[in-house]
Amino acid sequence: MTGCSDSCGPDHAGGCAVGDPALAELQSSGLDRREFVCIVAGCAAVLAGGCSDLTHTQYVRDRFRELTDDEQKEIVARIEKEQTARLGKELKVGVEKARPGVEFGYALDLSRCIGCRRCVYACVKENNQSRDPQIHWIRVLEMEKEKGIDFAHANPYYDAEQVPRPGHFYLPVACQQCENPSCVKSCPVGATWKEPDGIVVIDYDWCIGCRCCVSACPYGARHFNWAEPNVPTEEVNPDTHYLGNRPRMKGVVEKCTFCIQRVRNGKYPACVEVCPVGARKFGDLRDPNSEVRYVLEHKRVFVLKTELNTQPKFFYFFGL
Amino acid sequence: MKYPFLLSSALGLALVCACHQEEHRSWLADAAGAEAPVSLPDPELEVPPPPFTEGAFPCSDCHDPSVPPNTRRREMKLAHTEIKLHHDEEHRWCLDCHSVEDRDKLHLANGTLVEFSESYKLCGQCHGDKYRDWKAGVHGRRSGNWDGHKKYLLCVHCHNSHAPKFQPLKPLPPPTRPAPRTSP
Ligand code: HEC
Ligand code: HEC
Ligand code: HEC
Ligand code: HEC
Repeated sequence: MTGCSDSCGPDHAGGCAVGDPALAELQSSGLDRREFVCIVAGCAAVLAGGCSDLTHTQYVRDRFRELTDDEQKEIVARIEKEQTARLGKELKVGVEKARPGVEFGYALDLSRCIGCRRCVYACVKENNQSRDPQIHWIRVLEMEKEKGIDFAHANPYYDAEQVPRPGHFYLPVACQQCENPSCVKSCPVGATWKEPDGIVVIDYDWCIGCRCCVSACPYGARHFNWAEPNVPTEEVNPDTHYLGNRPRMKGVVEKCTFCIQRVRNGKYPACVEVCPVGARKFGDLRDPNSEVRYVLEHKRVFVLKTELNTQPKFFYFFGL
Repeated sequence: MKYPFLLSSALGLALVCACHQEEHRSWLADAAGAEAPVSLPDPELEVPPPPFTEGAFPCSDCHDPSVPPNTRRREMKLAHTEIKLHHDEEHRWCLDCHSVEDRDKLHLANGTLVEFSESYKLCGQCHGDKYRDWKAGVHGRRSGNWDGHKKYLLCVHCHNSHAPKFQPLKPLPPPTRPAPRTSP
C-alpha cells in the first residue's frame, strides 16, 4: 500500500482536507486539477499511481449535482460524443434523477447463496468494469459454517468444481449504500455523496484519485483505477448513467451504485436478475409491498459492522 | 490472509422499518392452504411456461383415456426411465401429484386439479413457508421491474419436482490476486 491511503483513514481525515480557495487557485495554475490537489493533500505517491491522462477533467465547472439541468445535458452530450468517437460505438449517458419518495434497499439471503459468482461477472459486464487490470465491485467471501461470519478467515479466492463446498457458506460484499457513509465524509473535494434515493455516487470528473474514501470504507467496496481501465469495445454496455457505469478513467475511484442506470429506470439491478438461486432482493424501502420490506418484516436481518454506525441499506438474512 | 475488514461481533437486528403495518396485499396473508384457491398472485406478474422436456407435453398424447392408468408402485421401464424419485420417495408415488383422470394436470390432496402452469400450488401444499415467501418474491426470483411488471420463476424452474435438491454449480473464476504494489 502506498502512503496516501494509509494516512487518509477516517481518523486522519483532517490531513486530506483541501479548502475551496485551493480550488480557485487551481483554475489559474497550469496544473492538472487532480495532480494539484494530490500535491496539496500531501499524497505525492498518488502521482505515481496515476493522476494524469485525464480526458474530461474540467476545472472550471461546479460539482455535477450543483449544475442546472441544461449544464448537465451539455456535459453529458460532450462525454457521449467523446466516448462514441473513442469506441466507434454509440454510447448513451443518462442523468436520471432520484425519484421523489423512493429509498432503495437490498437484502441478500445467506441461506440461498451458493457462491457461484454469477453476480460478480454480471456486474462487471453491466457496469463496464475494467477487465485487465481486473476490477470487481462484488466480492464473494467463502466462510466456514463452523466459524460463522468471520471476516478474518474469509476467502475470496476459492475455486472448486462445484459450489457450495461442503461445510462452507458464502457472503457476497459490495457497496453497502450506507445512510451514514464514512467514504463521503472522507472525501476532501466532495466528489462523492449520497443521493436522495440513498445511492452513494461518485462524480468521476471531480474525483482527484486521493483514495481517502478507499481506506475510509470499512467494507472494502471502493476500487481505484491504478491504470487505464480496459473493456473490449464489443463488450461495452452502452446504456450508462453519468453517476454510474459510464466509462471511467485512470486515477479515479469506482464502486457499486445498485446499477443506478437500471434502477432509476425501474429495472432490477443486474445481480438480482442473474442470481440462479434467487438470493438477491431489491426494492423501495418505503413501499410496504416491496420484497425488501417483506424481508425486513418477516426475517431476522442484520447488517455488517453495526458497531461503526454506518447504517447500511444492504441487509443480510437467513431465509430458511 | 488478513482481511481488511473485521468481524462484526454485534450482529444486531437492523431496525430500519419501525413501521410494521400489515398492509400487504391480501394474497400475502393466506398461508399455503390447498383449500384457499390462489389465483395468479398479481396481474403485473408473468410466469414463464413450465420447463417440460421437448415432446413430453401434452401427456395425453400417450396417456389417452383408452390406456388405463397403472397405479402400482414400480420402476418405470417402458417410458420415463430417467425419472428417479428422490423426493420423500418412501411416502410418495407419481400419482400423489399427477392426476389419474387427466394426465395433463396435477392434483392437490383434496382432489382439485391444477394446471402445470400453476404447479406452485401443489408444492405449496407441503412447503407452506417457502410458498409464502415465494409469493412475496423472496424465495425464488423475480425479475423485470422493481416498480412494475415482474416475472416469476416457478418452483420447478429451480427444483426438479422429482429430485428437488438444488443442483450444485460450477463457480465462475476467482478474482486475480492483487500484485504486490511497491511504493516509489
Ligand atoms: C411431488 C410431486 C410429483 C411426483 C411425486 C411426481 N411428479 Fe412428475 N412432475 C411433477 C411436476 C410438478 C411436474 C412438472 C414439471 C414442469 O413443469 O416441467 C412433473 C413432470 C413430469 C413429467 C414431464 C417431465 C419432463 O421431462 O418434462 C413426467 C413424464 C412425469 N412428471 C412423470 C412422473 C412419474 C413417472 C412419477 C413417478 C415415478 C412422477 N412424475 C412423480 C410432480 C411430481
Ligand atoms: C411418449 C409417450 C408418453 C408421454 C408423452 C408421456 N408418458 Fe407417461 N407413461 C408412458 C408409458 C409408456 C408409461 C408406462 C411406463 C411403465 O409402466 O414402465 C407411462 C407412465 C406414466 C406414469 C406412471 C403411472 C401410470 O399411469 O403408468 C406417470 C405418472 C406418467 N406416465 C406421467 C406422465 C406425464 C405427467 C406426462 C406429461 C408431462 C407423460 N407421462 C407423458 C408414456 C408416455
Ligand atoms: C405431499 C407433500 C409434498 C409435495 C406436494 C411436495 N413436496 Fe417437496 N418435500 C416433501 C417432503 C416431506 C420433503 C423432505 C424429504 C426429502 O427431502 O426428501 C420435501 C423436500 C423438498 C425439497 C428439499 C430437498 C432436499 O433434498 O434438500 C425441495 C427443494 C422440495 N421438496 C421442493 C418441492 C417442489 C418444488 C414441489 C412441487 C413440485 C414439492 N416439493 C412438492 C413433501 C412434498
Ligand atoms: C430461483 C430459484 C428457486 C425457486 C424459483 C424456488 N426455489 Fe426453493 N430453493 C432454492 C435454493 C437455491 C434453495 C437452497 C437449496 C439448497 O441449499 O440445496 C431452495 C430450497 C428450497 C427448499 C429446501 C428447504 C430449505 O429451506 O433449504 C424447499 C422445500 C424449497 N426450496 C421449496 C420451493 C418451493 C415450494 C418453491 C416454489 C413456491 C421454490 N422452492 C422456488 C431456489 C429456488
